Amino acid sequence: MISSLDYATLQQLWWIICSIVGALFLFLTFVQGGQTLLWQVAKTDLEKSLVINSLGRKWEMPFTTLVLFGGALFAAFPKFYATSFGGAYWVWMLILFSFIIQAVSYEYRKKPNNLFGSTVYELFLFINGSIGVLLIGAAVGTFYTGSNFTLDLYNRVTWDYSLLGINLRGLEAAFSLFNLSLGIFLVFNARVLGALYLLNSIDLSSTPNLESRLRKNAWNSFLIALPFLLYVLISILFMKGFSIDNAGAVSLASSKYLSNLLAMPYLLVLLLVGIILVLYGVFSSSFKGTNNGIWFSGIGTVFVGLVVLCLPAFNNTAFYPSKLDLQSSLTIHNASSSMYTLTTMTYVAIGIPFVLAYVIYVWKLMDSKKLTVQEVTDEESY
Amino acid sequence: MVDIDLSMVNWARAQFALTAMYHWIFVPLTLGLSFLCAFFESIYVRTGNKEWKSITRFWMTLFGINFAIGVATGIILEFQFGTNWSNYSWIVGDIFGAPLAIEGIFAFFLEATFFAVMFFGWNRVSKKFHLFSTWMVAIGSNLSAVWILVANGWMQNPVGMAFNPETARFEMQSFLDVVFNPVAVSKFVHTSSSGFLFASLFVLSISCWYLIKGRHIQMAKKSIVVASVFGLLSSSYVVFTGDESAYVVAQKQPMKLAAIEGLYKGQTRAPIVAAGILNPKKQTGDDQDPFLVKVEIPYLLSLLANRSLNSFVPGIDDLVYGNEQQNIEGVASKISKGKTAINNLAQFKQARKENNTQKADISLKKFKENQEYMGYGYLNKPEDAVPPVAIPYYAFHIMVALGSLFPVLFAVFLFYVLKGSITQKKWLLPIGLVSGFLGLLAQESGWAVAEVGRQPWAINGLLPVHMSTTNLSAINVQITFFMFLGLFTILLAAEISIMLKQISIGPEEGH
Repeated sequence: MISSLDYATLQQLWWIICSIVGALFLFLTFVQGGQTLLWQVAKTDLEKSLVINSLGRKWEMPFTTLVLFGGALFAAFPKFYATSFGGAYWVWMLILFSFIIQAVSYEYRKKPNNLFGSTVYELFLFINGSIGVLLIGAAVGTFYTGSNFTLDLYNRVTWDYSLLGINLRGLEAAFSLFNLSLGIFLVFNARVLGALYLLNSIDLSSTPNLESRLRKNAWNSFLIALPFLLYVLISILFMKGFSIDNAGAVSLASSKYLSNLLAMPYLLVLLLVGIILVLYGVFSSSFKGTNNGIWFSGIGTVFVGLVVLCLPAFNNTAFYPSKLDLQSSLTIHNASSSMYTLTTMTYVAIGIPFVLAYVIYVWKLMDSKKLTVQEVTDEESY
Repeated sequence: MVDIDLSMVNWARAQFALTAMYHWIFVPLTLGLSFLCAFFESIYVRTGNKEWKSITRFWMTLFGINFAIGVATGIILEFQFGTNWSNYSWIVGDIFGAPLAIEGIFAFFLEATFFAVMFFGWNRVSKKFHLFSTWMVAIGSNLSAVWILVANGWMQNPVGMAFNPETARFEMQSFLDVVFNPVAVSKFVHTSSSGFLFASLFVLSISCWYLIKGRHIQMAKKSIVVASVFGLLSSSYVVFTGDESAYVVAQKQPMKLAAIEGLYKGQTRAPIVAAGILNPKKQTGDDQDPFLVKVEIPYLLSLLANRSLNSFVPGIDDLVYGNEQQNIEGVASKISKGKTAINNLAQFKQARKENNTQKADISLKKFKENQEYMGYGYLNKPEDAVPPVAIPYYAFHIMVALGSLFPVLFAVFLFYVLKGSITQKKWLLPIGLVSGFLGLLAQESGWAVAEVGRQPWAINGLLPVHMSTTNLSAINVQITFFMFLGLFTILLAAEISIMLKQISIGPEEGH
């Protein structure tokens, strides 16, 4: 069956696979969001231990998913990988640094003789959850707002955006209100998810203050996230988009993303269902005292993430547009791997549901009992 | 083509070496220690003896400390291909990206999922499922080595692909050829078994420290038994796979073999240099003796390289300047053919842009005559095809010397620990203590042999390193170089400090 898929279908399929991985990453940023909540919701050492140990059992999930997101893009859309990582150099480098410092922090924070004390490692976690997620949002924002590059005949990227004579290499992404808003929305959405996850994962019976702070922070973070989300969504409806004609030429088209939504109504449905699920999760956790909001808001985030990643790529749209030279813009057709490689990788992808299945199985097994005070004080813990 | 900034190339090269060599401190330990933890825990589950549980948890604590920094130093390597080597990523991404993606899907998730069970599942899952999880972490780590070495093996010996002039990149033709590339296979078996060896030395080293201090004696002895058995098996295997690796290198990368042996003039019945000091003034093509002093073993290089005593092993001079008698083409002629191919490709691209089909067809036909030499067209002079000789030469000899020593060391330890007299062998314990450091030295040397020996190529014979980089000014790479140097050094210091403290706390109170 896979061997009979045509090239264009494979390219679309792989964009969807990459988007699913990216959207799952956004759900898993509950770890990053939780990291930024640490100092606000946990006032005692015990509360901190509960939060860190709850997040610490999951920190490798968003990390690994991000690595897979990079690997899948490399394999399926190598021209995007080369253009964006090499071109928008500093955005990606700073994101990577924020994940490097995260990777040691859980393990080293409480270990004796860790040289810097636990506060420094907590700061590392905060930086990862704030700057890291913000820049990922800004980078995704450039799928809509475009970047400043040209490709030569051999597809070598030249990046050209200077401020005071310095080539900013991607940092200029943060100068766009749209990109910044998407980044800030993701930071606060991650905090919402973080609070909801912690409510679900910790046995809060002996720490009522932690519980009330989590419920309050879920709602407050949501209130901050909301205007940024609305700004992003309204902008998307009205902004010009990068349209591809039949000959493959790229041009600016007004309300391109609105017409994409109307042309692909299932994305519109996914977006609305996603937003409703996020809302329901926050509401029920903040005001009804439920602890399973993470599943609603989490799945809602996956839906919204899918729409954000698919909207600028399908319906003859350039997903990584160049503002400097429209014809250098990347589309899922001109940036992809060869048909042979995509076909081979599609066979490989048959294994993904199996991987998901054991991840979910182990997750359920490990989370069947809530994390207790006794567990973080008596047993192996971070 | 865009002008190449050589200073950027060298900084990017330095950055890759820096990050890869830091990463390589921790990875081999993860490969082996994960299996050792699985062995210790298997014994615990079989015997039900709590002492083995305590041993398992002690080594797991050290494993976890090491694992965290291994993950931290690893993420940059995958993305560095894009940030610093974007031309490389485009030209070979069609082949090179697949193993990295597969590594993410199948290996990293296995590790990440079961790591949490291994550390926090003791009272949450059954004893058997916990043991299963520990094994899964070990298998996941080594599965990740499979895929990254498939990618690396392909750089050393590019197979299963063809150049597509339309896209100006290499495209995959056979996934199975890429996966079962003989270089990839020999690399995986050699690298993973050397990781087992290094981890066994690590366990031996710390156990010896306890025996010297007279603490945790039972635990140390038990650990030595398991580590010596695992170490003896894996070090014997390392020697065997090392021989296989050298054979594959001789067949696929004769220049690398010549460099690691310091062999300039090719010979039949070539001897191997057992030990020697290189003449630092020696330049490719001059008449100076490459060695100040050397001790040779006759015939051995011919035997090693071609499995035949009478065979000819080409030296650097033969490979650079050609050797008609042995039917070896010199680099000068390859460079000239390569430049022709590059020009024809440029004409082809231009014709395509102008929609001139006739001109495009002619240029394409001409290009195909010389396309296999295209990579050489980017070299300026024949001598550029020679890697820096001293680093791979010394690294190779250090690696081989240490690699031959380790099986003996494990055998001696195993003998005395089974005899029950290990604590009385005061002369032996300090040797065991330093052996961990020697293992690390052997590991880093192996990396240098493989990667410095591959120079000047990113993809052997096809794409030189200086054509692989991003069009980026050097200052950016300099800044990130020092950011990595600073950050990784700080993290390494923290790691060592934490590790030493945990070792000094010891097994009972270690968790």
